[in-house]
Amino acid sequence: MDLSSQLLQLLFSGLTLGSIYSLIALALVTTFNITGVLNLAQGEFVALGALLAASLYTAGLPLAAAFLVSVALIAALGALVERAAIYPARESSALTLIIITVGLSISLRGLALLLWGTDPVSLPAFSSGGPLLVGGASVNLQTLWILGMAAVTMAVLNIFFELTYTGKAVRACVINRTAALLVGINPGAMSLMAFAGSGAIGAAAGIFITPVTLATYDMGFMLGVKGFVAAAIGGMHNIRGAVLGGFILGILEVYSAGLVSSGLKDAVALVVLLAMLMLRPEGLLAASGRKV
Amino acid sequence: MNKKIALWGILILAFALLPLFIKSNYLLGVLIVIGLYTIIVIGLGILMGYAGQVSFGHAAFFGMGSYTVAVLTTACHWPTIPALIASLILPGLVAAIIGGPTLKLRELYLALATLAFGILVHILFNELKGITGGPSGMTGIPYLSIGGLVFDRDIKFYYLVWVTVLLVSLAVHNLIHSRMGRAMRAIRESEHASETSGIDTAGLKLQAFVFSAVLAGLAGGLYAFYVTFVSPSPFGFHTSVQFVLMAVVGGLGTFWGPLLGAGLVVALGEVLRWAIPLVIPGAGGEYQIIFFGIILMLIMVIKPEGLGAITDLFKKPRVEEVQ
Repeated sequence: MDLSSQLLQLLFSGLTLGSIYSLIALALVTTFNITGVLNLAQGEFVALGALLAASLYTAGLPLAAAFLVSVALIAALGALVERAAIYPARESSALTLIIITVGLSISLRGLALLLWGTDPVSLPAFSSGGPLLVGGASVNLQTLWILGMAAVTMAVLNIFFELTYTGKAVRACVINRTAALLVGINPGAMSLMAFAGSGAIGAAAGIFITPVTLATYDMGFMLGVKGFVAAAIGGMHNIRGAVLGGFILGILEVYSAGLVSSGLKDAVALVVLLAMLMLRPEGLLAASGRKV
Repeated sequence: MNKKIALWGILILAFALLPLFIKSNYLLGVLIVIGLYTIIVIGLGILMGYAGQVSFGHAAFFGMGSYTVAVLTTACHWPTIPALIASLILPGLVAAIIGGPTLKLRELYLALATLAFGILVHILFNELKGITGGPSGMTGIPYLSIGGLVFDRDIKFYYLVWVTVLLVSLAVHNLIHSRMGRAMRAIRESEHASETSGIDTAGLKLQAFVFSAVLAGLAGGLYAFYVTFVSPSPFGFHTSVQFVLMAVVGGLGTFWGPLLGAGLVVALGEVLRWAIPLVIPGAGGEYQIIFFGIILMLIMVIKPEGLGAITDLFKKPRVEEVQ
């Protein structure tokens, strides 16, 4: 394999990883802007969705049904935790809310540990068949599924945000929560929707990567953190930026993985996050001079 | 005022006499750990309760203090006192570098930055094997010696730690009743209003953050001298969350909160360590943190002012006199 096809190969891995980060970042940014909550439990939705789908599949459900049931249940879980933990404290400070999501994250991870234990679980690849050859690089079919799912999810969300009344209400909340409230948009309903949507998107992302990475009870923590890195790259107030940030991070991680030891692989994202927060906290895409 | 002094006197006497009645080294060890955590939580409490910011990476500052002592005393053969002083300075410097840019922003970007920083430092403790010894850690840290007094037994360390807690408490007591303390409370109530009144909000928040990191480093340095062995495992994200839990349980912005929170959470941890394997056979330490997560969430939803607020019930509300 020559250098250019190797680089292409890595690009595909980066895009795959990046699309997962993008989806998590998208859920994080939407929730953050609607509710003011930095949801540190977002990664747990990814882990629980993957674990639940694997159990449903093992119990005999077809893969597609396992996917749909799991996504629906995690969306319901998202709505449940919003009503149980976030909504009662909605008048509290941002400090209180972020601590609540940390407690939530640990509790959900504990729930996953109690139900699934520490052993990884798996799902079969969504379609059988060997890898495709693209320009000298071999592309796993599951990679195409992941990229396709990310593209479809983003397209659907784009239609939702641009063309539907509810979607426009969500965007209004993202742009200016107080102004949205003044024109009669109910932030409570928006908050509930944001958490349910975050649950669904997280679960879908988790299920699609499980055939590649396997699923464990503690997979969500680092994925959630990576989502934050992606969101910080794009700027916490910018949905498109978050998506772009996810892809940038995925590609950056894959290309730098060869340079550092595997133990330090996760350090790349953390260094990027620290650098972004310290040097350009408004994000790469933000117009200069905007005060966050 | 006299009642207050009497309360202090009784408490100090109780802590001074306690070891006479404790025959088990295990209990003495638990008390030492509570003292060390109290030092950290005092600092974190100032950051959270007065500056209105949270750190999810204080275990990293705690660990940096420990590793600073470990590296300087073993590999560099420094005497113990300069190594302990260095264990305060290094975390403080690092906190200034992280906090400087992020605390200028209104939102809780410090929470994200410290979260990332905490995980990063934990990874580095494991991976920089040439300096830290990797996952197996470092041994052979000498006992702390101050002017010929060598802290080679638990009982001596108990007094060292609790005298340190007392000194830190006194310093903080003076701090929160100073102009700076009132300015910090003003920031907590309204950042806009304090800025309008000419308070340098970013600067004060940074000072609170650096101070809390210095205290965590101090506790870490003492911890290294106490156990004479460091490894990465006590300095992970879960420890950071435990510190936040201690601060919250005790009550933010209360004087007795840190001591109460550290005591309750450490005691609960010890009980859980004993009780969980009875319920779930073969369960390891990771189950303990579940309970901490649930408690953390419940307190923040139901009673965000924490248990320390109970002690305030006995007091009449009073208006702070203006200087």
